[in-house]
Amino acid sequence: MTVKVFVPGDTTAVSVGADRVAAQIAARAKSAGQDVTLVRNGSRGMFWLEPLVEVETSAGRVAYGPVKPSDVASLFATNFLSGGSHALRLGPIEEIPYLKNQERLTFQRVGLIDPLSLEDYAAQGGWVGLHQAIRREPAQIVAAVKESGLRGRGGAAFPTGIKWQTVLDTPADQKYIVCNADEGDSGTFADRMLMEGDPYCLIEGMIIAGIAVGATLGYIYLRSEYPRCWTTLNEAIRRCQAAGWLGDNVAVSGRAFHLEVRLGAGSYICGEETALLESLEGKRGEVRAKPPLPAHVGLFGKPTIVNNVITLASVPLILARGGKFYADFGQGRSRGTLTLQLSGNIQRPGLIEKAFGLTLHELLYEYGGGSASGRPLRAVQAGGPLGAYVPAHDFDLALDYEAFAQRGAMIGHGGIVAFDESVDMRRMARFAMEFCAEESCGKCTPCRIGSVRGVEVIDRIAQGEDRDANIVLLESLCDTMQHGSLCAMGGMTPFPVQSALKHFPEDFER
Amino acid sequence: MELQAIREIVDTHRHRPGAMLPILHEIQHVCGYIPDESVAIVADGLNVSRAEVYGVITFYTDFRTEPPGRSIIQVCRGEACQAKGGCELEQHAQQSLGIEFHQTTTDNAVTLEPVFCLGNCACSPSVRVGDDVYGRVDAELFDELVAEAKAASGARS
Repeated sequence: MTVKVFVPGDTTAVSVGADRVAAQIAARAKSAGQDVTLVRNGSRGMFWLEPLVEVETSAGRVAYGPVKPSDVASLFATNFLSGGSHALRLGPIEEIPYLKNQERLTFQRVGLIDPLSLEDYAAQGGWVGLHQAIRREPAQIVAAVKESGLRGRGGAAFPTGIKWQTVLDTPADQKYIVCNADEGDSGTFADRMLMEGDPYCLIEGMIIAGIAVGATLGYIYLRSEYPRCWTTLNEAIRRCQAAGWLGDNVAVSGRAFHLEVRLGAGSYICGEETALLESLEGKRGEVRAKPPLPAHVGLFGKPTIVNNVITLASVPLILARGGKFYADFGQGRSRGTLTLQLSGNIQRPGLIEKAFGLTLHELLYEYGGGSASGRPLRAVQAGGPLGAYVPAHDFDLALDYEAFAQRGAMIGHGGIVAFDESVDMRRMARFAMEFCAEESCGKCTPCRIGSVRGVEVIDRIAQGEDRDANIVLLESLCDTMQHGSLCAMGGMTPFPVQSALKHFPEDFER
Repeated sequence: MELQAIREIVDTHRHRPGAMLPILHEIQHVCGYIPDESVAIVADGLNVSRAEVYGVITFYTDFRTEPPGRSIIQVCRGEACQAKGGCELEQHAQQSLGIEFHQTTTDNAVTLEPVFCLGNCACSPSVRVGDDVYGRVDAELFDELVAEAKAASGARS
């Protein structure tokens, strides 16, 4: 009988040797005459254990990790194909506390299934949401999304149901669903993991969005830094077309939905929704002034839903289980689950999907295990390069959109990057300005020029030149950028700078 | 030869909505960069001005107007990489190759580029060689990757 062995094909797992481990396992199995079926699943998101190998046994899936190619011989010698004991044996995968304590809704299948297997997808609850949507009126679909309380997971946290309602209510001969897969924030990888580990879930979410608002064409705008996603998504779309999930008659419903992946070209600003639309139209990725909203005048001037990958991938479950089921997770106005991505100087980096409300302290210590270096954590940057630095004395903060906003921070796309006490916060503040100067689209002056001036002023502070006056100048510059910029790029670049100044003034005094 | 290939690419894609980026990506895929001569061909095919095409090419970091070295190596500069020694890796990369970011080694073997996030943050610092991403990269592993890239591209040429 064949034994199923899972070795993730996820970018990060492969980046630390999963392909070589998989090749070793295949070669060993062959020479030992053992019948092994290798499945290249998505990652479970416990990256300090990658490459993490799972074996399907009569008692469930047993995990081993981190496995080096040179460990494979001893794994075979200790009979790991029947779950045998070994120094790297982690036990049943689902009993590992890091995973067990999560509330995986959007990521329910990531790591579990063969990402491109339509059979696996259907067997694990796939397409249930779509079938529900097909049976309902568009307004009922939108109502379910509203009831779920889902807010845009890309970072802006705008209520998804309201956005959908706007597009539904805007009459047009053509509407579009655009998936923002330009996950450019440093410290974020949830979109990538989902697209690599469960691409059909995103596709299903986009089809449901199309049926809900009467859009027949969708685009996934994918960043070029994700070559594996490109391959996986294109193959997933091809298979969906062949199986009748995409095309002129989606699942024999009489509705049409066509989907295409488009590749970005290395521009961070194209993650901003209007710059993204410009880029999709074949132009420079310069932001548009709002209004009009993309929901009214979006891609090629037509009403368009622009949603992040995780937002769209949360929709199938909401339709399958009902808006209330999803809304029962979370707290306050932050409903459902948040897919947190923990990285940087941390012992156990990874993806943690939990209901809103977990504190930073729980995340960093109970999940993350504290710093990787062993030195105390000094700060985290939450929400990507435009997010504030949160100092250690604020780690009691609950992961909740409003709670974060109250302390001048933001959750954004859920990336949390940890820094130990060796971090130089003046250097991080300078980097924020440098990044903005590099990635500004150039359309508005506060962002284009302000960021360049910001780097210069911080350099003068570093050289001890008229320090107090220059700090005042930097604060004033931040104020101008925050209030005078056209979009979040210039408007939020001050957040990391101001938070560094506020919480770590000592770093600006040496 | 090259011009003919570019014309064919433009002809294949010109009727797609928003065809500019797919066309430029494919030209670069085929030629390794976007030759100056393509600007007029793309402009003509899409019925836009040459300035518009040039504006798009120069806006996006991915598009290069000069041929790169045989291997392109990107070093991630994102914060998650910085938290794990990314800045030291950036310095090592530039020093060991004897070039700065955006430059190519004199033997034309390696073009070094910075990149803002490869989405590999959980195993930082990260480097991309061609389409392959590597995690937990230190100076030693970086040197190995460079040697491998040189050997592989040497075998090709």
